Amino acid sequence: MAELAATSQVRSRSIGELAVIYAGDYLNKLSGERIERECRRQLEAGCRALIIDFGETELVNSIGVSILLGVIDAAETIGAHLVFSNLNQQTVELFEMLGLTRHVALAKDEEEALATLTEFAGRHRPAGH
Amino acid sequence: MEKGAPLHKLVHTFATLADLGQEIAETSDFQEKMRTALHLVQGSLGIMRGALAEFDSDLQALSFVAVHGMVTETRSDVALSPQEVSDLLSLGICGLPRDDRTPAFTRFCTRQKSLLDSFRVDLVVPLIVRQNLIGIMLLGGKATGEDFSMEDREVICALARHIGVGIQEHRLFVELSHRAVETRRLYDEMRGIYRDTVKAFAAAIDCKDKYTQGHSERVGKYSEVIAREMGWSAERIEGIAVAGYLHDIGKLVVERDIINAPYRIDAKQSSELNRHPAAGYEILLPINHPYADIPLTARYHHERIDGRGYPEGLMGDQIPLGAKIVSLADSFDAMTTDRPYKKRRVMEEVVEDFRRNTGKQFAPEVVAPFCRALLKEVNGETKNVKIIRLLGKGYVETKRIAPMLEQFIDDLESGVFTAAAGTA
Repeated sequence: MAELAATSQVRSRSIGELAVIYAGDYLNKLSGERIERECRRQLEAGCRALIIDFGETELVNSIGVSILLGVIDAAETIGAHLVFSNLNQQTVELFEMLGLTRHVALAKDEEEALATLTEFAGRHRPAGH
Repeated sequence: MEKGAPLHKLVHTFATLADLGQEIAETSDFQEKMRTALHLVQGSLGIMRGALAEFDSDLQALSFVAVHGMVTETRSDVALSPQEVSDLLSLGICGLPRDDRTPAFTRFCTRQKSLLDSFRVDLVVPLIVRQNLIGIMLLGGKATGEDFSMEDREVICALARHIGVGIQEHRLFVELSHRAVETRRLYDEMRGIYRDTVKAFAAAIDCKDKYTQGHSERVGKYSEVIAREMGWSAERIEGIAVAGYLHDIGKLVVERDIINAPYRIDAKQSSELNRHPAAGYEILLPINHPYADIPLTARYHHERIDGRGYPEGLMGDQIPLGAKIVSLADSFDAMTTDRPYKKRRVMEEVVEDFRRNTGKQFAPEVVAPFCRALLKEVNGETKNVKIIRLLGKGYVETKRIAPMLEQFIDDLESGVFTAAAGTA
């Protein structure tokens, strides 16, 4: 069952233990910090698979990149899985150049991201469940 | 990497430099400025973790102002020995990887091993401005897993210079703020000394006249009440009070026998006494008062708006407003205190005198606020009961005086009284 939520103007939705967070049109300090807060909130709530959807994002600046690196670091520290979906070509190139793609899987859309995470969850589900 | 990658990287770096410049110049919150600056450094090259610390030369310690992705428990201040400070200064602004073998850097890394290990630091950047250690930036590894290239380190150094200047500017600002506070304190202290000196002078003036003790102080206070009712600023009110305290300072040069004569003085003595406004002006003029028009107020407090006053026979608007205020306060105190040759008048007579002489001796624009202030006190509409307190208990009979004042104020406000005309 999917649940929609909006925390400080960041749209997100939960699908079971998964969460999808939607980045805005320009990922800078203000919007980046909102995304970071929402990601940390989801991780603290026990979510171990996160999708950040960049469907509406046209531009990511250095501050946005740094904040995303912080989210990646936080997710890696607790063993959570992170997928970025719906990135435009410019953002893909930026993330490849700066090494974010070494830590995060990219998906062409939310559906593909969900499939990636479902596969991951299936591989990591404890025996007997 | 693709063919266009170097250009893409260059554009990204330039955009970061531009953002950092703007951030350093515009953001007023220092902590926020430093957090954003660190984000920009990390985001420019995809650096996973980072910390920025400011160096306090008095405490000889590093204090962290921004930390991203590094363990938080090691954010307390880090003491630096003079040797470590000297080692960092000798390195200049540069990005040094942990495995750099420069002796000064090796010494620093050995001494600060636990800090660098706990932060998982890959690159150390001393922040130096004009040969002073301002702080230090500690950076983790690149998200690409690659080592920092020479170009990467140059980009980091360029950004570090901006950050160093930002920290230095903040320090100067804090220092200036402290100095401004200290200057303000000294200024207030000096004003306090000035006020005390003025009061001492007023007491000295009044000592010369055994019948009018406290006169100067009361004139100062009545003047203050009038100015407040007229809506003057706190500073101007303070100034008119001082002018009131000092209005009779010229009496210091008038013979004591004339001032204290227990009878009506003759024309010659009167002429001698009438020198005091001009003498007061001469005494007060060389002093650099913190308020405007103090000497002029002393000079003109015996002028009348019908031109029959002294020393110059000025009329109406030729008389400074401060002098009109002090003149009214002076006359009010003269009428409401006992003199050697006559007892003080009852309050109703004083109001009648005001009515008779407004537009002749007194300016309507100062009589009206004085009467309004008095009426407020009489009717209990203010807690600041200054006039009645100065007049003493039982002097003002509320029931009789309130209607008189109300009618008089109505007449004043309806324009019945015009300057230099008395009752129309």
